[in-house]
Amino acid sequence: MTATLTPATAVPAAEARAVPVRRVYRFELVKLLSQWRIRLLVLACWIAPALFVAGVSQQSSLPVDTLFGRWMHATGWAGPLVVLGFAGMWALPLLTSVVAGDVFAAEDRLGTWRHLLVAVRSPRRIFAAKALASLTVILLLVTGLAASGIAGGLAFAGNRPLVGLDGHLLAPGDAAGRVLLAWLCVLAPTLALAAVGLLGSVALGRSPMGLLVPVLVALVMQIAQMLPMPVTVRLALPGYAFISWNGLFADPAQLEPLLIGVAVSLVWAVTATALASALFVRRDFTNAVADGSPRRAVLTGVLPLGGLLAATVAVVAATTPASGSGIEQTKVEASVTTAFAHLYVQQTRQLHRPAVTEAQLRASAACTKGADRTGGQGPGNDWRCVVTWHLPGLEATGTAIYQLDITPDGRFMADGDGPKEVNGYFLVHTPHGDTPNPLWQFDGNVELPYPTSKG
Amino acid sequence: MVMPMAVRARTITKCFGDVIALDGVDLDVAEGRIHGLVGPNGAGKTTLLGLLLGLAAADSGRLEILGAPQGRAPAGVAGFVDGPGLYPSLTARQNLAALTALRGPDPGAPGIDDVLERVGLIQVADDRTRGFSLGMRQRLGLAAALLARPRLLVLDEPANGLDPSGKRQVHRVLTELARNGTAVVLSSHRMDDVEALCSEVTILATGRVVFSGPLAKLAAENRELDYRLGTSDPDAARRLAADTPGVRVVAGTGLLIVRALTPALDTLVTALVQGGIAVRELTPVVSPLEAAFLELTDQQEAAR
Repeated sequence: MTATLTPATAVPAAEARAVPVRRVYRFELVKLLSQWRIRLLVLACWIAPALFVAGVSQQSSLPVDTLFGRWMHATGWAGPLVVLGFAGMWALPLLTSVVAGDVFAAEDRLGTWRHLLVAVRSPRRIFAAKALASLTVILLLVTGLAASGIAGGLAFAGNRPLVGLDGHLLAPGDAAGRVLLAWLCVLAPTLALAAVGLLGSVALGRSPMGLLVPVLVALVMQIAQMLPMPVTVRLALPGYAFISWNGLFADPAQLEPLLIGVAVSLVWAVTATALASALFVRRDFTNAVADGSPRRAVLTGVLPLGGLLAATVAVVAATTPASGSGIEQTKVEASVTTAFAHLYVQQTRQLHRPAVTEAQLRASAACTKGADRTGGQGPGNDWRCVVTWHLPGLEATGTAIYQLDITPDGRFMADGDGPKEVNGYFLVHTPHGDTPNPLWQFDGNVELPYPTSKG
Repeated sequence: MVMPMAVRARTITKCFGDVIALDGVDLDVAEGRIHGLVGPNGAGKTTLLGLLLGLAAADSGRLEILGAPQGRAPAGVAGFVDGPGLYPSLTARQNLAALTALRGPDPGAPGIDDVLERVGLIQVADDRTRGFSLGMRQRLGLAAALLARPRLLVLDEPANGLDPSGKRQVHRVLTELARNGTAVVLSSHRMDDVEALCSEVTILATGRVVFSGPLAKLAAENRELDYRLGTSDPDAARRLAADTPGVRVVAGTGLLIVRALTPALDTLVTALVQGGIAVRELTPVVSPLEAAFLELTDQQEAAR
């Protein structure tokens, strides 16, 4: 039987007697925080990142697959960023699903809807209170992840300068501000997932699918970000801000992809919440439980959000000058050049050689992809770059070769391929211990939304 | 004296899709009365209770609750349908405290310990409700309703899962509420529960009212009933019963089962005693109320 919808004819007199949202909100918080799994999650979020950062600091191997992982011994500010990268992939989707994906379904499971409705007398206020309460808990969890990661980093690696995404050095204060800003930006896609979780929870009732929806959406988006696809679609996905926060650590900061990602995420958050709200206030509570019909879930959830995705793709396509995969030869060359120059200056300083500046180096790179000797575009691990630079007072130019692995999201890892004295593996003595040669392997990224990078 | 009406419903109709849950239902409940709503499963009891609680609006008809025309959420009404709403991760006391905090300050409201005491749950006040039995949950639901100082209390199957002492406790609480002017509407599919608690009853079958009025009136309506008859001389009793006009012997060798109207039964008992046969047992096989209930609801089901 399909659920019958009663027109939500709210009578003013009855509405006036409804319980204030503030009290319902407190009630919802009490219910959420009395659950063991929520308490455990809070505890885990406030402790686990610090333990992880501490654990890495005691080991010789570093999580180099995650951005900033290779700097975890060098500075405490890398720790929270590694946690952030990991959280964006796994922790945040799971957290939002456990909290927001269950906040409505729990009442279905317990059969407490009517009770709640009789006590509160306003579905609208119940919705607002539940959304706010789950938002509060999610904020508490995210704050815990960030604070714990920072605390662990500062305690075990120290408040030291951080090497940015393009190799330039950020002073500890600057790094701190940007780390906090990055966590703040990641709240936007987290809220988008939470809103999708609310929608799933409302639409699917007590069926366990409701709990899985944010995880599924996050998983699909994550896989999508790993696939080669047009940059306009990539930017229009609500999870893009989980990746594009790293633009904050370039100089100048790559704000546009980040702002696009945050804006798309917020639009998703608002739309999904509005859909969930509309669906919820129309629900008829005389029926014992709504198990949620798949047809209704498709009509109210999948179709509008699919439409939203199409619309954002269209808007992004119309407003950004991006096309194709966004990864082009000139952009790769510019990015590698910048990072190399910054890191060369750093290496010079660490090896106590006569100081040089990036401008004096006049570095440049020539990159090719695969067998295509003239250039290339798109992601792949068959990029090869030849970097050349000048040293002041020397006629000869230096040359170094790098193999690049560029993932579809624009991130790359450059691996030094000789000569050994420049970009081979050797340890450098620094006041804070031995570190690998900064030019041996480094991370960087290609700013996707532009036809050619400035540089 | 005319009692003010807590509930006055006229020709209430409510459909779910093409299923008619309530079909022209009338209901009158005076303040200070305990009114039973009885019917087989699917008769529309819960739907009607849901309307009283303001969980939904009727499709048509007029519903006045506590003197006010029906809104979606009438004030002064408390209770539950389909089991009390309790949160298993909270203790009994926390459940009630959360509700009190939700309602906001109410100087006249009874204290949490007071209502827990009244429903007999004070000893388990600090236990999580996860482990509560159905009977305990029902009583805690009642306690939650008491906190709201209702003028109309709506309870869905409150006797479900209650042991005899629990039933007595609930009975005591409800009669006390009624004495103070609260109207109570409770549903049951068992006539004996209603018999113990209610002074008046409405019988629903397939969405229609088949009887409404005082229990005494229902019991007094003249109909043939089966009685179990135990005597000192079963054979002689059987012969006498067979000879008494209006009495039919349905079955039995030791204990007789006879079917008769009350006057014919009186004649038989007189004849037995005059014939020197001692009457050791005379009980209806099913209670008169149960019989009336079954007859009324069967008719309605058959008419469908």
